Amino acid sequence: AAGALDVIFTLQGDPSLFVAAAARRLLVHTLSLSLECEMSKAPGTRVCDWPLCAQMIIKHIEDSLQSSSISHIKQSLKLLAGLFGGCHAPWTEVLWLSVAKQVESFLVEESVQAPHLLVDLLLNMSRSPVFCDSEGNFWALVTSALEHLNPVQAGPLTVGILRLHKCPQDVRIQAVTVLLQPMDCILRAASQPLEYSGLLDESVTDPATVESLLSSKSSCASLLCQTLGHLEKLLSLSHLPVDLPCTSLLRSVVAILQFCNGLLIPASPLGSKISQTLIGCFRVQRAALDVLAVLSERKGCDIPVESFFDVLLSYLESPNTNPVVLKKSFQATSKWLVRLPEMSCFNSQWQITKILQDVFLVLQKRLCSPCWEVRDSSLEFLTILINGLRDQDGFRQTLFSSEVPRLTEDLLEDPESYVRASAVTAAGHLAYIAPESSVAGNQYNKENTVAKLQEIFSTDPEGFPRRAVISIFIKWLKKGYTALLQDTEQFVSKVIQTAERDFDWEVRLGGLELVEVFFVQTLCRLGRPKCHYAPFSPEFTSSVRHNESLQIFCRTKLFGFLFCSLCDCDRPVGQKACDILLAIRSSFYTSNSLKDSLDPEEVGHGIGWLQRTLRQGSLAQNFPTGSSQEVDFQDPESMLLALGTIDLEELHDDLNKSSDHVEKSPQSLLEDILATVGAIEENEADCY
Amino acid sequence: YCLSGHPTLPCNVLKFKSTTIMLDCGLDMTSTLNFLPLPLVQSPRLSKLPGWVLKDGSTFLDKELKECSGHVFVDSVPEFCLPETELLDLSTVDVILISNYHCMMALPYITECTGFTGTVYATEPTVQIGRLLMEELVNSIERVPKAQSASMWKNKEVQRLLPAPLKDAVEVSMWRKCYTMPEVNAALSKIQMVGYSQKIELFGAVQVTPLSSGYALGSSNWIIQSHYEKVSYVSGSSLLTTHPQPMDQTSLKNSDVLILTGLTQIPTANPDGMVGEFCSNLAMTVRNGGNVLVPCYPSGVIYDLLECLYQYIDSAGLSNVPFYFISPVANSSLEFSQIFAEWLCHNKQTKVYLPEPPFPHAELIQTNKLKHYPSIHGDFSNDFKQPCVVFTGHPSLRFGDVVHFMELWGKSSLNTVIFTEPDFSYLDALAPYQPLAMKCVYCPIDTRLNFIQVSKLLKEVQPLHVVCPEQYTQPPPTQSHRTDLMIDCQPPPMSYRRAEVLTLPYKRRYEKIEIMPDLADSLVPLEIKPGISLATVSAMLHTKDNKHVLQLPPKPPQAPASKKRKRVSDDVPEGKPPKPLLSGSIPVEQFVQTLEKHGFSDVKVEDTAKGHIVLLQEAETLIQLEEDSTHIICDNDEPLRAKLRDLVLKFLQKF
Repeated sequence: AAGALDVIFTLQGDPSLFVAAAARRLLVHTLSLSLECEMSKAPGTRVCDWPLCAQMIIKHIEDSLQSSSISHIKQSLKLLAGLFGGCHAPWTEVLWLSVAKQVESFLVEESVQAPHLLVDLLLNMSRSPVFCDSEGNFWALVTSALEHLNPVQAGPLTVGILRLHKCPQDVRIQAVTVLLQPMDCILRAASQPLEYSGLLDESVTDPATVESLLSSKSSCASLLCQTLGHLEKLLSLSHLPVDLPCTSLLRSVVAILQFCNGLLIPASPLGSKISQTLIGCFRVQRAALDVLAVLSERKGCDIPVESFFDVLLSYLESPNTNPVVLKKSFQATSKWLVRLPEMSCFNSQWQITKILQDVFLVLQKRLCSPCWEVRDSSLEFLTILINGLRDQDGFRQTLFSSEVPRLTEDLLEDPESYVRASAVTAAGHLAYIAPESSVAGNQYNKENTVAKLQEIFSTDPEGFPRRAVISIFIKWLKKGYTALLQDTEQFVSKVIQTAERDFDWEVRLGGLELVEVFFVQTLCRLGRPKCHYAPFSPEFTSSVRHNESLQIFCRTKLFGFLFCSLCDCDRPVGQKACDILLAIRSSFYTSNSLKDSLDPEEVGHGIGWLQRTLRQGSLAQNFPTGSSQEVDFQDPESMLLALGTIDLEELHDDLNKSSDHVEKSPQSLLEDILATVGAIEENEADCY
Repeated sequence: YCLSGHPTLPCNVLKFKSTTIMLDCGLDMTSTLNFLPLPLVQSPRLSKLPGWVLKDGSTFLDKELKECSGHVFVDSVPEFCLPETELLDLSTVDVILISNYHCMMALPYITECTGFTGTVYATEPTVQIGRLLMEELVNSIERVPKAQSASMWKNKEVQRLLPAPLKDAVEVSMWRKCYTMPEVNAALSKIQMVGYSQKIELFGAVQVTPLSSGYALGSSNWIIQSHYEKVSYVSGSSLLTTHPQPMDQTSLKNSDVLILTGLTQIPTANPDGMVGEFCSNLAMTVRNGGNVLVPCYPSGVIYDLLECLYQYIDSAGLSNVPFYFISPVANSSLEFSQIFAEWLCHNKQTKVYLPEPPFPHAELIQTNKLKHYPSIHGDFSNDFKQPCVVFTGHPSLRFGDVVHFMELWGKSSLNTVIFTEPDFSYLDALAPYQPLAMKCVYCPIDTRLNFIQVSKLLKEVQPLHVVCPEQYTQPPPTQSHRTDLMIDCQPPPMSYRRAEVLTLPYKRRYEKIEIMPDLADSLVPLEIKPGISLATVSAMLHTKDNKHVLQLPPKPPQAPASKKRKRVSDDVPEGKPPKPLLSGSIPVEQFVQTLEKHGFSDVKVEDTAKGHIVLLQEAETLIQLEEDSTHIICDNDEPLRAKLRDLVLKFLQKF
């Protein structure tokens, strides 16, 4: 066994990371197995009482930690991290006691070796009940790590600590302090003394290290990006066990954004240095805008400065804004705009209208940008705004008195298909909230939009815009946008006929979703209970309405589409069609009234042929597309018979079994990757 | 010598090794902003402007100065601020080096009015496009003759009383009216065309070479070098990929001094962003049924703008909107650009071999989307359709057809004027048109180097010293916190301002001298250290055209047969063999031992600051040993001195 262990110890240093990691895992398992299985009673509190194999591993770890070789130290730290991460048995504490001194000594060295491994180790330990509940030394060690690691190294540790639900309050406070120090420095560098108190209590912190990092060109941007990244991660958590000072944080983030576009006049020499480094720094801008966006979701985080929206607008307006930064600016702006009506400091409608007017002016310009990415993000922004603010009268008024709706309509003809797709989505939302054409001063004609979207749906050469159209149609139908659709039945029928000819399977799938919505709505309209799974009342199934709904489905040519789709070469389409048919069947037949005894071949109406065709699945090349075939898909009687006799369950099972379209196994995924990148040796090794 | 205060329109004179070289002669046209516009057809609005009245009610200036929306303008033919002519005698200038067509607009003033007799060097596109710019300028001003010419306001006593900015205008006495076409022709005839990397000898003293600067067609930086010194003149350069050949940076390496002018005037505006802004605003205006006016020069950025629009108009649904380019030189400019293939960037050069026109504006013209006219008269007035986009000059809005369109479209808020040229403050340009309903958009497109690019460039080429206009050594006055908007290098740059003379920080220490082969043959080198040999040379130094040659000295005259006549020649030095030269140093200890060996028993050594003093007390003699001299001081004892001298010489090498 000793020989085998030695081999595994050596393999920890294997040049292949996979082998090294496997060796570590094997050691962890070996240790815990030897302690938990070989000993009948609980392991002793002294390592010398442990089984030989365990002792050998511990000895190896101790020796490595004490060696002068940094690679050996690293291996042991990784091994320890793996051990404490994967094993939470009480004996781990005994193990820790034997190495604690050595690990502690690493933290107080002049320059800390392998800081990220120490952080991993501490975090894994902090999640283990063995250590997190301990009163004493472990948390002191964490505190010491927070003190000794520099802000860049300590960043991941602070985030890890702040995510813990079990952690002493003083450690938590210290982690917050370390994490927020750069933001505090920014705030102090940006504002006049006494203007703001800063983020942190000055007495707790010694800002010298952070200040020196921020005043250096090489480290400033990376420290800020790291801090902002951590903050974004923390703020996105729904349950954060610690209260972050969101309002001050917001001020600091705004200051960073102002530094980045040169708008902020620095109040200190440090500020001047930061300003010089940050001006035009896209990396920091992106990270700051991400944090700004998540801060909008925090309660109690009110806009601290009047000029807050000015800063966002300056980003949206500036021709120097990089397209990715612009997209992020749009995201942040939309999130804050949607919050506007509920914010206490913006209670005057006049103020809100003014902001919206400014935003639409910028949007107008951006919609005409020669860069398609910008036009695309502008349209997405508009859609988000409509979704969030459509109930606000002021918003609707400002929107429809601007040029934005007309420009959006123009973009339905954009040469770039992504832009057309986004324009379709935006126009679809616009139509939904547009005032009636008859309203005085309204220049937006929503009937035009409907016609235009239908045209795109049937003629656009690219898939994206057509997918966008079908999604909008589904949305309209779901939301009961009947005023726009006038004759829903005719509309659905038209869409179905276009969708079934579409080359894009997602469009066809969208067509089926539309059918599903229509089916549910029709039944509801005719008296079916709202709840999808509620049993039908006998009155419904037997009523005249029952018959009426069948006729409606036939008139809209719904069955032809559904049965054809069962043989679609793309499996999700077939599955969806089958699901819908099963749902329709259940509304016409109760489970015991199914005509199981009937043979499809004998019932006539071409049902036998249909059953045979469906069994061939996507191989059925000669599937009827017109009414001149053997089955009349618009004949209610035939369809009722088909629903009752064709074995849909069997088809359903077949469709679920087949794996020609989507293969989910990892092996198949890897094969796909290899097929794409080329099966050279290196790639094969990676996939292995 | 700095003759111009405008960093992007420089005019400097460099005295270098007995040559006087003028670097560019830019013309500061911002002075024209103080004048009323020159409308082609009489403008009732402008002619009705009230005369300006002094605070005390005096009206003696009301014919010369007019008031418009709170600003005062001179009602006269626009005048330009010339480069300094008093700082040095410009007739002594040997050559003028032009870096690009924007920086030669003062040429006629210099070559025709100062007694200049030298040569001007510039590339072919610079000359041709420069001619177009001058022609357009002369044409726009001459076609609107002005009956009166204002000069009273220039009186120093009167000027003091005027409101700003007239009050603060500098050197108004130097302001001159525009030159004439004959002067332009005469000036251009003095230009000698050169190609990139061509080496031009100036009087044998220095060599000048133009290098591509990447800013405009034919734009160049210049290298001025002798055998041991190199001065680089960087003016109006660009690292962006636009139509011209890319900038040649490597040849700028190893400069003793780098003179840096012509950086971007709008360092905060990124040209790509501005082009986007230009297109967006143009599309927005046209879609709303308005017209767009683009005041511009007839060459340069307009080519790039037309190229961007070529790609953009179809996607923005602007295919049916006519684009008009109106300039007396519009046709030549568009055609010239297509024939300067060798001066274009690589992509455009390859198109020529396909063969395709390098610029897509050819296609815009073919498809009738872009139409060009020499003026608003004639064909244009027949074809004119609105809404449309008009490109025309002059960007100062003081003369040219742009004045007409400003008057025509200024009243409607549907129209937009988009400023793309960075040379003039757009608010000042618009001042005499106020109140104005039309929208104004400022999208200055300046592709010249920004400060980040400068700092990279300086790191790359590492000049020993950087010399630049003072404006580049401090943040812009309106943004004093933007310390990133200045040149940051080590050692800090030396700065200059108008009318200042600067001594460049290098010392000329060496001169190259050629040795004739027969003289070289006669030399007998002596190796004094491994690898280093020395030889004494007796020769005649012959200097002509700043070239120095060592020739064999003439043979000594034959010894005269009779001793009667002993003639000493004044011209030819006598051919005595030279005294041997000594080298090496004297090791004190060994020297003392030698002295003792030769019977000097009372030798005493004292250390001094420069060496040692060896005292021979008995002989009352003193030997001073210093690094580069040895003195033997003894009282009238020649044999002793000779003896000591020989002992000293033993330690030295002779050759």
